Amino acid sequence: MSILIGKETRVLCQGITGQAGEFHTRGCLEYGSQVVAGCTPGKGGQEVAGVPVFDTVCEAVEQTGVNATMIFVPAPFTADAILEAVDAEIPLIVAITEGVPVLDMVRVYEKVSGSDSVLIGPNCPGVITPEECKIGIMPGYIHRKGSVGVISRSGTLTYEAVWQLSNLGLGQSTCVGLGGDPIVGTSFVDLLRMFQQDDGTEAVLMMGEIGGTAEEEAAAVVAQEIDKPVAAFIAGRTAPPGKRMGHAGAIISGGKGAAEEKVAALEAAGIVVAESPADMGHAVQRAMGQA
Amino acid sequence: MKIHEFQAKELLRSAGVAVLENQVCRSADEAAAAYDALGGEIAVVKAQIHAGGRGKGTLKENPEQHGVQLVRSRDEAAEVAERLLGNHLVTLQTGEAGQQVRQVLLEAGCAIARELYLGIVVDRAASSPVLMVSSAGGMEIEKVAAETPELIFREAFDRDAGLDAYQARKLAAALDLAPGSVRSAVAFMQRLCRLFVAEDCSLVEINPLVVTEKGDLVALDAKMSFDDNALFRHKEIQEFRDLDEEEPTEVRAGEAGLSFVKLDGNIGCLVNGAGLAMSTMDLIKLHGGEPANFLDVGGGANVEQVTEAFRIILSDTHVRAVLVNIFGGIMRCTTIASALLEAYESVGFDVPLVVRLEGTEVAEGRKILEESGVDIITANDLTDAAQKVVAAAG
Repeated sequence: MSILIGKETRVLCQGITGQAGEFHTRGCLEYGSQVVAGCTPGKGGQEVAGVPVFDTVCEAVEQTGVNATMIFVPAPFTADAILEAVDAEIPLIVAITEGVPVLDMVRVYEKVSGSDSVLIGPNCPGVITPEECKIGIMPGYIHRKGSVGVISRSGTLTYEAVWQLSNLGLGQSTCVGLGGDPIVGTSFVDLLRMFQQDDGTEAVLMMGEIGGTAEEEAAAVVAQEIDKPVAAFIAGRTAPPGKRMGHAGAIISGGKGAAEEKVAALEAAGIVVAESPADMGHAVQRAMGQA
Repeated sequence: MKIHEFQAKELLRSAGVAVLENQVCRSADEAAAAYDALGGEIAVVKAQIHAGGRGKGTLKENPEQHGVQLVRSRDEAAEVAERLLGNHLVTLQTGEAGQQVRQVLLEAGCAIARELYLGIVVDRAASSPVLMVSSAGGMEIEKVAAETPELIFREAFDRDAGLDAYQARKLAAALDLAPGSVRSAVAFMQRLCRLFVAEDCSLVEINPLVVTEKGDLVALDAKMSFDDNALFRHKEIQEFRDLDEEEPTEVRAGEAGLSFVKLDGNIGCLVNGAGLAMSTMDLIKLHGGEPANFLDVGGGANVEQVTEAFRIILSDTHVRAVLVNIFGGIMRCTTIASALLEAYESVGFDVPLVVRLEGTEVAEGRKILEESGVDIITANDLTDAAQKVVAAAG
């Protein structure tokens, strides 16, 4: 079992005719994902990597029955692409694109909230259910099928954690990159609840970072609703206030978002927090041992 | 992106938000002429640098002189401008070196009845823009939020519809404004909220926002910053960028497509991915070292970027050792290893380099480094890398 995606997921790629879109469509196909349609306005009728391209998302849905989409369109057009996917009632929308204006996301968030679609991202590595389906840009081979759910705000740090887990023999049920922007479609809280419901998930590893209060909110939910073991790591303990650490969302501002507060909130909720990024895999082992 | 107070006030004025008469001056003569042009008895000379805390800040060259000063004659205006221009203002936000004052703003005085605070940000938790006001004007809002949060009032507003009039009236009532000031307050707040959205701001702060003795609201100070990701649709805002106010290495890194933040330590870092880059800094600190920078080369770093990244890191004379931490995902470790070698050769290293590679084609990548004969210290995992680089930095 898994969350969000599995063997049966039928994937659309918006922006498939772009360099990144084509490259990662091939990568997902190689991993075994069913990428069955692409969409680029004005390029309908073409084929990319053997996948038919449509002008609109609606056509792609009608003709191929896609139920998930990954978005690679350039940042100025990403909000529009997400809204088109929401309009076409695609259940899962994964926006990989980095650099989407925050106020675009304010509008997108409102529309997604009022719909039945789930949005992951933007500015994220994507979602993977090992050995079944990969939607995104992560290297597939580092993953192993298993029962640890992984949630993270960053890309390569997630790969690092997954690598540690796989090397310890701990496979993953599903790994989700939330995205590094101030406003993203799905939070730790939403995914913790999904993993709690998922029979295939025995433990959860969450990787947060400085900025915002998403980790504190997650801690509150873990304390009240989650009875599976949870481990965590917070990146940016040494980051100075007022400086943006690469991710638009990773900034300590107005006295909020420092790592210490997050670690304290997580530990108070009974979460095993790894002090070192080298210790994320072991933290999951410790959390599972305690439970 | 940040802009100067005088630029922010231009934007406010054109949006119909009340500001005082003012002129930007780049010499003492200009300041004297501006004093005459403003025509009042009192005026204020304000140093224009991006950092906050200018009123309390003092000149490095002359600790008696603050960054903001009231003047009562054209000669005094010229003298204060003369003292400020070209010298370095040190505030809580500038660091010890201070920031050079290249222009001052000469602004008309006004009769102040009350000082308030107003700020607009995008609230992440609410996923919406939010207008905040407080009766504790002129103070640091972080301090007010920590000590007397009951003095801060907030209204989230719709991105497209803007702040509704009733919301502005609610805030006016919370601030206990006199009935005669409410109309002015509603116009002020609504126009500012519209400007925030229209220009893709990430922050607008008016501190203090003053109520004049006549009962009107006026922006006495103005701080604005903009969403970098939205600058592509605001050519006129891009014109406001002042490279003199930015850390030169950060500007250079930005041009090379690298995300770089200068820090105070002596261990240079080159990492792919922001989360891993932050974690690498943390790891160095955990093992007793101090990172000299945050540097994310991104997902698809090429030889040119790695070379430029090394040059930027080594341009910091405090750097005693460099740690490269790459998790090759889509990017193969063999590609990175070759890029590292090429960059290493062309840059000319004079400090130890520790490399930790992991991920796609890692064995081949490590082999390339080992067989090159180049003096690189290789590390097997994160902890090993941190220990080796901290030891190498001494």
